[in-house]
Amino acid sequence: MKSRPNLLITCVALMAAAITPVLGDTPKSVAAPSDLERGKAIAFNRNKGNCLACHAIDGGELPGNSGPPLLQMALRFPDRAVLRAQIWDATVRNPNTVMPPYGKHKILNNDELDLVVDYLLSL
Amino acid sequence: MFTLSALSNLSRPVSIIGGIIVFSYVAIISAPVFAEPTTPGPIVASPSADRQAIRAHYERRFPGIPVEAHKDGAYAIDKKAGEQWLELEDFPPYEIAVDEGEDLFNTPIGDGTYSDCFGDGAVKGQYPYFDEDRSEVVTLELAINDCRSKFGQPTLDYKGAEIVRLSAYIAFVSRDQIINVAEPSSQAALLAYNDGKRFYSSRRGQLNFACSSCHVQLAGNRLRAEKLSASVGHVTHFPVYRLKWQDVGSLHRRFARCNQQVGAEPFARQSPEYRNLEYFLTYISNGLPLNGPAIRK
Ligand code: HEC
Ligand code: HEC
Repeated sequence: MKSRPNLLITCVALMAAAITPVLGDTPKSVAAPSDLERGKAIAFNRNKGNCLACHAIDGGELPGNSGPPLLQMALRFPDRAVLRAQIWDATVRNPNTVMPPYGKHKILNNDELDLVVDYLLSL
Repeated sequence: MFTLSALSNLSRPVSIIGGIIVFSYVAIISAPVFAEPTTPGPIVASPSADRQAIRAHYERRFPGIPVEAHKDGAYAIDKKAGEQWLELEDFPPYEIAVDEGEDLFNTPIGDGTYSDCFGDGAVKGQYPYFDEDRSEVVTLELAINDCRSKFGQPTLDYKGAEIVRLSAYIAFVSRDQIINVAEPSSQAALLAYNDGKRFYSSRRGQLNFACSSCHVQLAGNRLRAEKLSASVGHVTHFPVYRLKWQDVGSLHRRFARCNQQVGAEPFARQSPEYRNLEYFLTYISNGLPLNGPAIRK
């Protein structure tokens, strides 16, 4: 009995979430805000990017300190491909790195990787 | 499905400076001791040179912290967590396991007793060792089962409750013995040692981590809220009562966890791989005192 109203609220919330990007502000970066949110969610999710295990990212709690803080990414990575390559397989640039090879080892799929890159470029 | 969450699955609430991204970025040294060589080459360093190199590494990485202090694992380098941990020692949760282990130790096994094999039980400091006749590493757990076989009793399951309680008791009565694994001298002993060493520095799993990535390269860094302990000291205090396990668990159980958390297949407890790993890790911890059982998160 109790599940009905909850379900309804969920549906409304989901619909609202789906509509919001359409009504939302013009985004700073090329990616739509909903995509940026998705990229952020993937980066923060402990079962996905879990980037916070090693990197401080604005708005992320309990960051680790094994990698540099991820900020001003667009400035530091004017070439999107270079940033993407770093996340795809960090061992190319530094064979001794501890950063997992997210693309090469299929920790993230191509779409997820692109969403994360877009999100980073918005930082 | 593997999960990355293991990297941070023990995070505790700690106070952080909200929003401000000012913190210590501990640089990764470029040529770490035992870092994964890009191509596995021949291992040239002698065990004693390894031990000296790794001690020097931790001395550099943790100025002011004597190598021996790493017997307390992450608590040696994480003052705050160390305080909470010391409070736990007021009512140590491993005490029941030690008592149960004592009862088991004093229960006859067939026509014999464990005392026939281990005297008063204060023998942990003699393990592991490389047995030249058998040409393999003998750990305390293996010796416990050998003792049972000697008296015609079935061996204990390495995952079971009994053997870990027996070893908790033996660890307890062996406290303060100094680890002193003999220098691997024969060809076979060296092979076993180098096998353990190679295991320690080989990248594994979807996350592509070696043991040394976390416990040598990143030792002292935080993965999320978790400080990473130094390898020297990893073997001093097992079996360990982990709050997460709500029970005492063996060193090989911890090895398996650390394998799994990077998405790699764990090996069986007391497998040759894990025994060689234990042999290597214990050798490089020579000089540290035994202080098991201990409490860990
Ligand atoms: C286990 C640790 C670890 C994890 C997890 C990790 N990184 Fe890294 N990352 C590092 C380290 C260490 C470096 C420093 C460079 C190196 O080691 O080569 C780095 C470097 C980077 C850089 C380059 C920064 C610069 O200024 O050069 C980017 C970008 C980056 N990481 C993004 C990510 C993203 C995105 C994720 C998650 C999807 C992630 N990292 C997860 C450890 C990690
Ligand atoms: C991705 C990081 C990571 C990797 C790789 C890793 N560990 Fe760990 N390990 C941890 C964390 C986190 C802990 C708990 C905190 C601590 O004590 O360092 C831990 C704890 C341990 C402990 C218990 C320490 C104590 O004081 O009781 C042992 C022993 C250990 N690891 C051995 C290994 C071995 C052997 C390997 C390789 C097979 C390995 N670890 C690989 C992260 C890792």
